[in-house]
Amino acid sequence: MAVFQLNVNNRSYAVDVDPDTPLLWVLRDELNLTGTKYGCGVAQCGACTVHLNGNPVRSCTLPVAAAKGNITTIEGLSENGDHPVQKAWIELDVAQCGYCQAGQIMTAAALLARKPQPTDADIDTAMAGNICRCGTYKRIRKAIHLAATKGGAR
Amino acid sequence: MKTTTVTRREFIRLTGLGSAALALGYYLPAAGRPAHILKVEAAENLGIELNAFIFIESSGKITIMNHRSEMGQGAFQVVPQMIAEELEVSLDEINIIFAPGSQTKYGSQVTGGSSTVRGAWRHLMRMGATAREMLIEAAARKWKVNADECYAENATVIHRATGRKATYGELATDAAKLEPPKNVKLKNRSEYKIVGKPLPRQDTPLKVNGTAVFGLDKKLPGMLYAAVERNPRFLGKVKSYDDSAARTVPGVKHVFKVQMDVFSHKREGVAVVADTLWAALEGKKALRIEWDDNGFEHYGTDQLFSLMHNSLGQPGLTQKAAGNFDAYFSKASRKLEAVYETPYQAHACLEPLNCIAHFKGNSCEIWGPIQAPDWIQSDIAMKFGLKPENVTVNMTFLGGGFGRKAFTDYTYEAVAISKEINAPVQVVWTREDDLTQGPFRPGAVYECKAGLTQQGRISAFQVKMAAQNLNHQWPGADTESYNDSTTEGLPEPYLNTIPHYRFADIPLASPIPVMWWRSVYSSTNAFAFESFIDELARAAGKDPLEFRKQHLPDERHRLLIDRLMEVSNWKQRGQNSGYGAAVTECFQSIVGEVVKVSRKADGKIKIDKVWAVMDCGWYVNPDIIRAQVEGSIVMALGAALKHATLFNEGKAVQRNYDTYKMPRINEIPDIEVHIMENDERPGGVGEPGLPPLAPALTNALYDLTGKRIRKLPFNLEEF
Repeated sequence: MAVFQLNVNNRSYAVDVDPDTPLLWVLRDELNLTGTKYGCGVAQCGACTVHLNGNPVRSCTLPVAAAKGNITTIEGLSENGDHPVQKAWIELDVAQCGYCQAGQIMTAAALLARKPQPTDADIDTAMAGNICRCGTYKRIRKAIHLAATKGGAR
Repeated sequence: MKTTTVTRREFIRLTGLGSAALALGYYLPAAGRPAHILKVEAAENLGIELNAFIFIESSGKITIMNHRSEMGQGAFQVVPQMIAEELEVSLDEINIIFAPGSQTKYGSQVTGGSSTVRGAWRHLMRMGATAREMLIEAAARKWKVNADECYAENATVIHRATGRKATYGELATDAAKLEPPKNVKLKNRSEYKIVGKPLPRQDTPLKVNGTAVFGLDKKLPGMLYAAVERNPRFLGKVKSYDDSAARTVPGVKHVFKVQMDVFSHKREGVAVVADTLWAALEGKKALRIEWDDNGFEHYGTDQLFSLMHNSLGQPGLTQKAAGNFDAYFSKASRKLEAVYETPYQAHACLEPLNCIAHFKGNSCEIWGPIQAPDWIQSDIAMKFGLKPENVTVNMTFLGGGFGRKAFTDYTYEAVAISKEINAPVQVVWTREDDLTQGPFRPGAVYECKAGLTQQGRISAFQVKMAAQNLNHQWPGADTESYNDSTTEGLPEPYLNTIPHYRFADIPLASPIPVMWWRSVYSSTNAFAFESFIDELARAAGKDPLEFRKQHLPDERHRLLIDRLMEVSNWKQRGQNSGYGAAVTECFQSIVGEVVKVSRKADGKIKIDKVWAVMDCGWYVNPDIIRAQVEGSIVMALGAALKHATLFNEGKAVQRNYDTYKMPRINEIPDIEVHIMENDERPGGVGEPGLPPLAPALTNALYDLTGKRIRKLPFNLEEF
């Protein structure tokens, strides 16, 4: 066990955990930020995607000891759930079961921050790591384009 | 609208059931009899348990209890949408809460078979209308006018002539003193303000800001975490285990042998309980277990399918038959035979199985992603010697269900672990546990035979299905009974136009546990039926959709096929693309799909587009229907092209998404969904879009290449 200082959603936390613990479990079980999900544990599904210094990372395989920098989770993406990506998701009713959607939204928000007007090919490349078992992909694509027209790059 | 999950006791406290609020529920006297709508207090005096759904407090707060699981299919939205329509309130004016599991209180809550709307719509709408009429009557008495001079709108009763108004909150106390009317008039469809409209889902905001509570997200004070290493061969026993390394993992508190019920068998495993989930998972990895796997077959996939193929010579157990298939098949002017194969598959819900249990001696409380809360209540009560009313099953959102979360194994195991450690515990299945432990969709082999007349009509038709029978797994099951689902997926009118037919199944005995998988038998039957119909149409020299119209002459199928032809521009389909169609029936809805494929410049085949036409009769929310059909198509693409569970030496081979591959965003064709408008009784929505996709796809590939696919899954890349 060791104490780690984490900066999550602009707040700092000290956690006393095993250094190998994946960031995912620290977020969920130590900090009670349960919006970030477990889906596979091997970086295959993207449900655990968070931002580390603005880049989308798979928190299920990132040891807490390596999580250095600013971490943003779905809870911290916007003040009131009103990031343009979140608003587009609501407008098009993208979610079905909703379990993967935090990961989808975090990946999409990082894409738009890097590429404010993504093409379909850009979306394919950025989003292909995120599984949606309910099959909401058509609406995810549409919502990313919609968010792009509404300042999704913020 | 606010949403929350509460226990029954909290619910009564929050809604002020003890106060003068109007509280209505419905009571089903017996199957097939009309529901009685009663006040909660009247039911308590009569000793009757109600399906309690509407609560109106004098403060004006309106609460509607949703008794069905929400796993993405939209029950959370459509149950209140139906009640609110007749109650004359908008969805913004109500709270929606999940009902805890209780078979006596809520009737069947098993959310499966696409049954939420088609099973309960009349009761739900009548209950909304009853409450509305009582509130109107209360206002009329107060104003000393006739009730028919008043109407309700936006949770307010209005006197038409004077414009006088009273809110539901103001009227609730007086309304509660009235007897619920026996007969209430339901609105005409043309009067609907909410039902039939694509209203936004009330759960979407919770699901995009991280606040929706799924089973895995629920936490209790003092809760421990458990991970279990279960026997990978389904029937084996724990011979011995060495937990010395597991116990050195910081945070690990208990290690012990645990069992769970899987149909007629006990699955054995070793549980590791710890302060944190990560410690439990690390402890589980450190276990060294020796299994006793004697006394049963350790099948591989090839052996299982050989057994099924080799059994096709048997007559099988006849489910349905008419005329004389053998005689008319032998004298048919043209005969066709084909064998189709579909694989075993895991459900692979993105939220792996998990369950919290707190066993307290005489009572037990459960939280989790659960499709069958009432079944779990009675199962836990029976197996742990508790009174059903002392078992509380609390609902959370489900991260996918697809039939897997309607089973009772994972909840039983969680209760057993909680009982052993005498503390609340969350048992979490890893992705590997989830994909390898089953129950799976059964693999199946279909032998299809048919004869055609000289005019190209089907004169004789026979299908034999060789597969494990879901019903044969239960303790004491009659394993000689035929499979009543052998014709699932086939549009019923075929049986009116084909004079000689026979449907039979040949059950396979196997230790592999099998379970409902989205659209159940239709998900595999339809591939055989609708591929074979296509083969027959080609043999008859007929257009595949015209051929179906000939054999499905009733109005609903004819209109649906016409619409499918129209939206897909079927009659003008070009030479450079392949088009395939399929029409199936599932849970009282009919769905037709057309798939278009073409070969691109790089030589690879691409699925360009899928058109779907859904006829689910009377419906509640068209956008949810479109979403469900879109999702069903994507799930069916995965099942046709991407994944299968194989077995080697009695163990499932595919353990995670690296080998159990899912369709990804870059592999999804354009999808266009249309809904038929009619007043037929409501059919299912969550599943019926899935069955037609695989045969429509393989029929399209045949149209393009002349190559017939008879085995799923197949690799489009190698085509």
